[in-house]
Amino acid sequence: MKIKVVDTTLRDGSHAVEHQFTPQQVQAVVKGLDEAGVYCAEVGHGAGIGGSVLQYGLGKHDTVELIRAAKDVSKNMKIGTLLVPGLGTMEDLKAGKDAGLDMVRVAVHCTEGDVGAQHVKLGKSLGLESIMFFMMTHMTSPEELAEQAVMAEDYGADVIYFADSAGFMSPNQFADRIIAARKRISIPIGVHTHNNIGLGVGNAIAGIEAGATYVDGATEGLGAGSGNGNTAAIVVVLDKMGYQTGCDWYKLVENGQKNVRPLVRHSLEITGDSITLGAAGIYSSFLLHVKESSEKYNIDPRLIYDELARRKVVGGQEDQIIDICQEILAERENK
Amino acid sequence: MTGKKVKVAIVGPGNIGTDLMYKVFRSQYLEMSLMIGVVESEGIKRARDKGVETSTEGIDYLVRHPEKADIVFDATTAKAHINFNAPACEKMGKIIIDLTPAAIGKIVTPMVNIDEALKVKNVNLITCGGQATTPIIHAISRVVPLEYAEVVTSVASKSAGPGTRNNIDEYTQTTAKAILQLTDTERAKVMTVFNPAVPEPPMRNTIFGIPKGEYDIKEVAKSVEAMAKSIQEYVPGYELTLSPIIERDIITTIVSIYGQGDFLPPYAGNLDIETASAIKIGELYAQHMMEKGGN
Repeated sequence: MKIKVVDTTLRDGSHAVEHQFTPQQVQAVVKGLDEAGVYCAEVGHGAGIGGSVLQYGLGKHDTVELIRAAKDVSKNMKIGTLLVPGLGTMEDLKAGKDAGLDMVRVAVHCTEGDVGAQHVKLGKSLGLESIMFFMMTHMTSPEELAEQAVMAEDYGADVIYFADSAGFMSPNQFADRIIAARKRISIPIGVHTHNNIGLGVGNAIAGIEAGATYVDGATEGLGAGSGNGNTAAIVVVLDKMGYQTGCDWYKLVENGQKNVRPLVRHSLEITGDSITLGAAGIYSSFLLHVKESSEKYNIDPRLIYDELARRKVVGGQEDQIIDICQEILAERENK
Repeated sequence: MTGKKVKVAIVGPGNIGTDLMYKVFRSQYLEMSLMIGVVESEGIKRARDKGVETSTEGIDYLVRHPEKADIVFDATTAKAHINFNAPACEKMGKIIIDLTPAAIGKIVTPMVNIDEALKVKNVNLITCGGQATTPIIHAISRVVPLEYAEVVTSVASKSAGPGTRNNIDEYTQTTAKAILQLTDTERAKVMTVFNPAVPEPPMRNTIFGIPKGEYDIKEVAKSVEAMAKSIQEYVPGYELTLSPIIERDIITTIVSIYGQGDFLPPYAGNLDIETASAIKIGELYAQHMMEKGGN
């Protein structure tokens, strides 16, 4: 069985470096991934193309510029990006295509596929591999998620992705989602995982065993929260299990040591904060924002995560941290 | 002009049109005269049950009976507004308040540019995000001009109709354009999040502003608080969740909107601010007409 490996270091990893990637850094990593046999490298702001906003943090370089830089040095590997409808626009996607984009992943909350229908269709008409990428899939049932996947297939998506964006799920919970969708759609399914509770690699493998044929990983695990499943480790496991990825795991390791490890700013280990985030089921990119606010105001991050969970926030609602902290401060003053 | 109230017609008896009708019932200045659809429907039946005259002949009915309304609320579609309702009203010289995304009329938010709007006869309500945030950004930028304004709007998934969901780019771009037109801001970006949580959350708008030059945050807060208060007069569920503060050198403020639950559910503050703003504009036109009529 062949598995396509998508490396998200240069997009999801953007969250972990506060969106400061330079075109030179992108090119070095892309060259390494290309030589290692990776199917596609995803590049851009953490929130995708058009995602450079105050809400997430402004990007040092525009996503379009980074796509162009990546494309310039990639010989065999596809260059992809993420687009979050409601944030990135169809104009942004056209600009990405002009810069050399091969693949777009239209990222929607797990129950909101229709919001991205236009963008998936535009991707197709631009000749891109056009993927619908469902985020925060722990927040809906396998059956409802399968229903969304059927809709996405109708829009013309080439692949459906399921993301455990909060790094929340157990392997069987994640696998149930792939199994339910597998019964309903005929296009390939991909999986994207986070390592907040230590299941970055494990859940990627669980997803493949359940029928996924695309898998995301990040070099050195560089991604939001405690990062994504480590690409090299995923490839090693898949090798052992007899899947064909076309990737050379040791070249991935070397690329990581040489080009990615020096960029790591904060620990990508499983920490108390990442476990608390994962347990609460909060979108992984909240990690650094909560950390900053909790340190600035001397608030226990657990209090912030609990309130975020009570409010049932989804991806893109980092602004809720601001008033949660202000409310906690006001309460403290009243005491 | 005789009598104390101005007669209105609502075109489009859907959820928005019905919510408008309930608000007209409460108005001191507007009289619910006519509900117009193009087919027999739930909304037509509902209006009839309330004792309102109805027609399923579209705007043509008003063309044949122009005495039945002086102000028209358009709660149909952009296409119907452009092709039928706007030209018919223009011909008859009637005021049309457009809640569709057509935006061929002057864009208006009651607390920002109503005086200019009263000079024309076709006004457009922009978007719910536009109604909710342009007054606040205006209130900030009258104290300190902004180099950049960013709005993060989140609404309950169920409160966003297919028109918004399937055309999300149009929605965000229209809102951003209105910010540039109605406030002292150089660049604007709007981001929208649909949240499916149950119970449904109210509409929420976080506004970030990068100021140009020196300012006193207390003055900004005073200006924004006054603006929120004036909006509360016609949108009672308009709430200043976070009075302006400075975070990372950025002016940051949050408004939440709960609906009045007239016909639409209370969490749909995003729809309530549209219909409530439309009614407010209608009332201001009515007062304007009555003043003129009294001369």
